[in-house]
Amino acid sequence: MAKVRILVAKPGLDGHDRGAKVVARALRDAGFEVIYTGIRLTPEQIAESALQEDVNVVALSLLSGAHNTLFPKVVELLKAKGMTDVMVIGGGVIPESDIPGLKAAGIEAVFTPGTATTEIVKYINEHVK
Amino acid sequence: MANDTLKAGFDAYMAAVESKLAKNPERTNLEPNRLYTPLDVPEFDYEKDLGFPGEYPYTRGVQPTMYRGRFWTMRMYAGFSTAEESNKRYRYLLANGGSGLSCAFDLPTQIGYDSTDPMAEGEVGKVGVAIDSLADMEILFDQIDLAKVSTSMTINAPASVLLCMYIAVAEKQGVSADKLRGTIQNDILKEYSARGTYIFPPKPSMRLITNIFEYCAKNVPLWNTISISGYHIREAGSTAAQEIAFTIADGIAYVEAALKAGMDIDAFAGRLSFFWNAHNNVLEEVAKFRASRRVWAKVMKERFGAKKAKSMMLRVHTQTAGSMLTAQQPNNNIVRVALQTAAAVMGGTQSLHTNSKDEALALPTTESVTIALRTQQIVAYESGLADTVDPLGGSYYVEALTNKIEAECWDYIKKIDEIGGAPEAISKGYIQKEIQDSAYRWQMDVEQGRRIIVGVNKFQQEEAAPTNLLRVDGSVGELQRKKIETLKAKRDNAKVAETLATLKIAAGEDESTNLIPLILDAVKAYATEGEICGVLREVFGEFKSHVAL
Repeated sequence: MAKVRILVAKPGLDGHDRGAKVVARALRDAGFEVIYTGIRLTPEQIAESALQEDVNVVALSLLSGAHNTLFPKVVELLKAKGMTDVMVIGGGVIPESDIPGLKAAGIEAVFTPGTATTEIVKYINEHVK
Repeated sequence: MANDTLKAGFDAYMAAVESKLAKNPERTNLEPNRLYTPLDVPEFDYEKDLGFPGEYPYTRGVQPTMYRGRFWTMRMYAGFSTAEESNKRYRYLLANGGSGLSCAFDLPTQIGYDSTDPMAEGEVGKVGVAIDSLADMEILFDQIDLAKVSTSMTINAPASVLLCMYIAVAEKQGVSADKLRGTIQNDILKEYSARGTYIFPPKPSMRLITNIFEYCAKNVPLWNTISISGYHIREAGSTAAQEIAFTIADGIAYVEAALKAGMDIDAFAGRLSFFWNAHNNVLEEVAKFRASRRVWAKVMKERFGAKKAKSMMLRVHTQTAGSMLTAQQPNNNIVRVALQTAAAVMGGTQSLHTNSKDEALALPTTESVTIALRTQQIVAYESGLADTVDPLGGSYYVEALTNKIEAECWDYIKKIDEIGGAPEAISKGYIQKEIQDSAYRWQMDVEQGRRIIVGVNKFQQEEAAPTNLLRVDGSVGELQRKKIETLKAKRDNAKVAETLATLKIAAGEDESTNLIPLILDAVKAYATEGEICGVLREVFGEFKSHVAL
């Protein structure tokens, strides 16, 4: 089986990238192909990168509180580009009460502070298409 | 010799302990030695290493009496939603014993976008208050006397614009610029290496910074023109020694830039200030504060030949470590913050922000902010920690640790000098890489159980989802859009265009022009922040970050 390719991306203007970088590195150490985009990307840029890099998973990280706007937008744009089987997951400072809404919008899993990277690896391995 | 007797006694003690370790084992993964004695500070020279408080090398503190005279400034970082909402929070904090303001701006404001910019989508009013023009700033400080309060503003790339807005609001209140007290963060180098709200490339950014140094030296003499920040470097995952080392290396770069622009060291160095993180390990933090003062004093005196005492003093604002707050069992964070507060106070901070228990989940509610402020007041009034100067000075462990952190700091400064200075070390990705490696090591230590975080990897419990979190109303973006529309219909648009055109020419054509007076003209004409930064973006271009894992 080909290696799972993951785009780790930070939408919006938030510069807190400690989590994104740690997760990206842990995913790489777990054997995935990881592309990290850097900070301050628009949802359009992220969807475009996902397409160009032909990834299986898009992992979004945001700590500024703009997740309810920006995460669903990434999902929509991926769909518009025909990438319907890409798994989108998210993480960051995200209140529990926002998670059902994000899931309904197509973010399959949301990982909040304190999550072990091994848990994210396990989730991807079990659910990636 | 006394030390020989001591060494013999110490060896006997260690041998006795070792012989019983099989039966009485110690915990694993302990970083410090078992015990510290005078043997760990063999060269200790009180006058040279510590001196007296308020005297070179300032190890024991920058003021002679420290908190016996006046407590540190209890400065709570706050701001969210609109200027109206944030003004209410500021007045609440001042009414409850807060002694200075600290403005949090939303990300579009921090990156020079108006709330209406497509890049601002979803972010307006989220992590701080949305400020688009002088009109918002007038509301933000409504009924707050700028002659009396000192205000810190966490603003970097567009620091000049927000400072000019503050000066303009003060002028309308009848307060002249020479009376204003406060700080702008204005530290672009750590934005490139750790925090991310950069706009322009390094060269024009450094020009804006030295323009501010120069302008303030003449016109706003009580203003701290920069807060050289290790806080965010630590939040990004660095160690304690890396925090102060990378920050002092940034400080060296700012001093060099100002000297190159022709300024005299003692004309601006006294207004440089610093910003440290108060992390979980109390004694390591205290040692870090003490080491940082000693290193900076030596840098200023020996490397730059500063003459004035003020130029050699590392004055510092502190914030408790946001990254150490846990989303699990959030009430535990109150205790963490109290210990971090104790560290900052024993470390000798000049001002302090304490985080609230709910900040791993959302912005804090008024109730949790009040607990955070009360934490400082309890440490100040009840704990006794503020009653004598540098209470841990002379502890064998703390002195040995201060020396160790200082030595690590010098090693890094040397390495960064060899690379060609902090801006070069950042553009090569060296500093970012060092920080990332430490962050990854920390995470692995937690995941593999070498480091325990209560409630996260030990003592976990089932808990209900927290309620009562602060929500920023999604309509803030819409409110700001209407405000900008009204503003643009009302203001003298010809005047705005004229001030922006003048600024653009000066920014592009003549590097020797100080841009601050021109930015002030544009601000007073009610040009928006996005318009002013837009003009500068056209001339200076934008920074593209170096991404590496």
